[in-house]
Amino acid sequence: MYAQMVKSEATQDDPEKLAGFQARIDAGEKIEPKDWMPEGYRKTLIRQIGQHAHSEIVGQLPEGNWITRAPTLERKAILLAKVQDEAGHGLYLYCAAETLGVSRDELTEMLLDGRMKYSSIFNYPTLTWADMGAVGWLVDGAAIMNQVPLQRTSYGPYSRAMIRICKEESFHQRQGYHIMMKMAQGTPAQKKMAQDALNRFWYPSLMMFGPSDKDSVHSAQSMKWKIKMNTNDELRQKFVDQTVPQAEFLGLTVPDDTLCWNDEKGGYDFAEPDWSEFFDVIQGNGPCNTERRAARNKAWDDGAWVREGLIAHAAKKRAAKLAAE
Amino acid sequence: MTDQTSLFEYLLRLGDNTLVLGHRVSEWCGHAPVLEEDIALANTALDLIGQTQMWLGLAGEVEGAGRSADDLAMLRDVWDFRNLLLVEQPNGDFGQTLMRQCLFDAWHLELLPDLTRASDDRIAAIAAKALKEVTYHLDRSSETVIGLGDGTEESHRRMQAALDLLWPYVGEMFTPDTVDDAMHAAGIAPDLTALRARFDTRIDAILAEATLTKPDSSFAQSGGKTGFRHSEHLGHMLTQMQWLQRAYPGATW
Amino acid sequence: MSKEWPLWEVFIRGQHGLNHRHVGSLHAPDAEMAIKNARDVYTRRNEGVSIWVVEAAHITASSPSDKGPLYEPSESKVYRHPTFFDIPDEAGHM
Repeated sequence: MYAQMVKSEATQDDPEKLAGFQARIDAGEKIEPKDWMPEGYRKTLIRQIGQHAHSEIVGQLPEGNWITRAPTLERKAILLAKVQDEAGHGLYLYCAAETLGVSRDELTEMLLDGRMKYSSIFNYPTLTWADMGAVGWLVDGAAIMNQVPLQRTSYGPYSRAMIRICKEESFHQRQGYHIMMKMAQGTPAQKKMAQDALNRFWYPSLMMFGPSDKDSVHSAQSMKWKIKMNTNDELRQKFVDQTVPQAEFLGLTVPDDTLCWNDEKGGYDFAEPDWSEFFDVIQGNGPCNTERRAARNKAWDDGAWVREGLIAHAAKKRAAKLAAE
Repeated sequence: MTDQTSLFEYLLRLGDNTLVLGHRVSEWCGHAPVLEEDIALANTALDLIGQTQMWLGLAGEVEGAGRSADDLAMLRDVWDFRNLLLVEQPNGDFGQTLMRQCLFDAWHLELLPDLTRASDDRIAAIAAKALKEVTYHLDRSSETVIGLGDGTEESHRRMQAALDLLWPYVGEMFTPDTVDDAMHAAGIAPDLTALRARFDTRIDAILAEATLTKPDSSFAQSGGKTGFRHSEHLGHMLTQMQWLQRAYPGATW
Repeated sequence: MSKEWPLWEVFIRGQHGLNHRHVGSLHAPDAEMAIKNARDVYTRRNEGVSIWVVEAAHITASSPSDKGPLYEPSESKVYRHPTFFDIPDEAGHM
């Protein structure tokens, strides 16, 4: 997911306070910034929301890669609006994290020097226009699986950010699928492009949910705190069940020979992605890790004089105003 | 009856300006100095792309050869483009992009109110919509130019360099040719030379607040809006922008 | 030297006649830019007719531990609500 393998922090607080805190969560109350919260809850949230925000920002890059090559003016506008939304979503999420006592610049620096991660999916290249379709359809589709339940997460600012994000994001997956439809119904070359995009993005999309977490202690704690709402496997299954018929409608083939409907469980059986590839990508060895980090670092470094210039001007203006009073 | 060839040319100028500048600004998406600026630049680009769809759509209608706005954007070569040289200049650093934007916005904002009174209703309607958008564009670009010009030593130096670099492209905006004269005579477009004084008043005020010095040269590059001689930059932009349409002719997307 | 732009809270009036409502936060060097940034960040979908911004550091918030003394006393003032009073239907609309 946009926040993968977030390790929840151990917490060493007064058991009575902890029990009271848990009771609030169990009762469906929202935790707000000034409320007492266990240190582990706070730290886990910073890591998770931060990683989610970073994913939005780094996620601008693979799609931004095609803004200047969009085939029509309308497609260009739609793609630009979508990638802009991702910047907005990153912004909302950073603000949610900031209520936990960390600044946006601190989080940014942790992304830039590699101390914090972002979703594995954005380390894959976008090679053709069909990839804009596949990313919208599959990647946003997978993200939505996770983000919709997160609207009910226990931390107020996070929940409110997710509500806004889900509302805005509703067009993202549809525009991706729309691109795929046009291509799948288009010329033989377009159809080939569409199939090729599905081939390359299928397994990386399944990896977005993270490895099977049924035995993970961390996710049990996060689920108890309602920071994580579903297990990785539940969401992955749901995603496959929803996506396979959509691929069939397009006349495209999901690149999995073992894929078949299982009547008993009421869902598809499907092949696991190559988890060693997933761990390679997480470790920094994905196809585009280096480029993505370099691009974010360059934007940050090149922009320093702008950020400093504008704040310096604001300070001068304030001083002049004070002097005039 | 307006001369349709001049009208077509004039609409291409309006549409190509917003097309090329919108494209340039969209290149920033994901790379701006701070998130809020990233989002704001995308808004500007989206406005300009929207204006392009309207201007070039109308151009195709006036031409009457069945070409859509997309055909005009994606299937013409460099010499058929009619945008100002200013807007095809590369982004450079953020300061250069904002200086280019501010100079164009200041001109655009003088032009559009006159176009809202054009004898052609279609032009007046597009201009009225664009005017609201461009009013905000200049608001934002001028405030940023002022902030950076008056900011730190480094930001001041960079903004002065951007102004010096782009100043030779200002003159073209105000130099009328036969197309401009025909549009003025037809009651569509204003007398370009008359815009200059208003532009200067506005820009002088912005530059003064930004503590920047206007270059004293009045030298002006030309060749963009006539299509006679674009800069080398435009061709590279088009190879990117038009690539899919050129590589897969006839496909719909 | 790197100084972070301050955080601003953004309030937007969605339609004429409604209250401004808190919609989120953003960073900006000063109030004027905060208004502009709010316009660009929070009204992309035609969400507003008026914007307020206030620097987050200038907001004073009540403390959660005062929740009892602050809000519970009003729970017992049931007579402040119209449903407390039983008026016969015959008296007509009131």
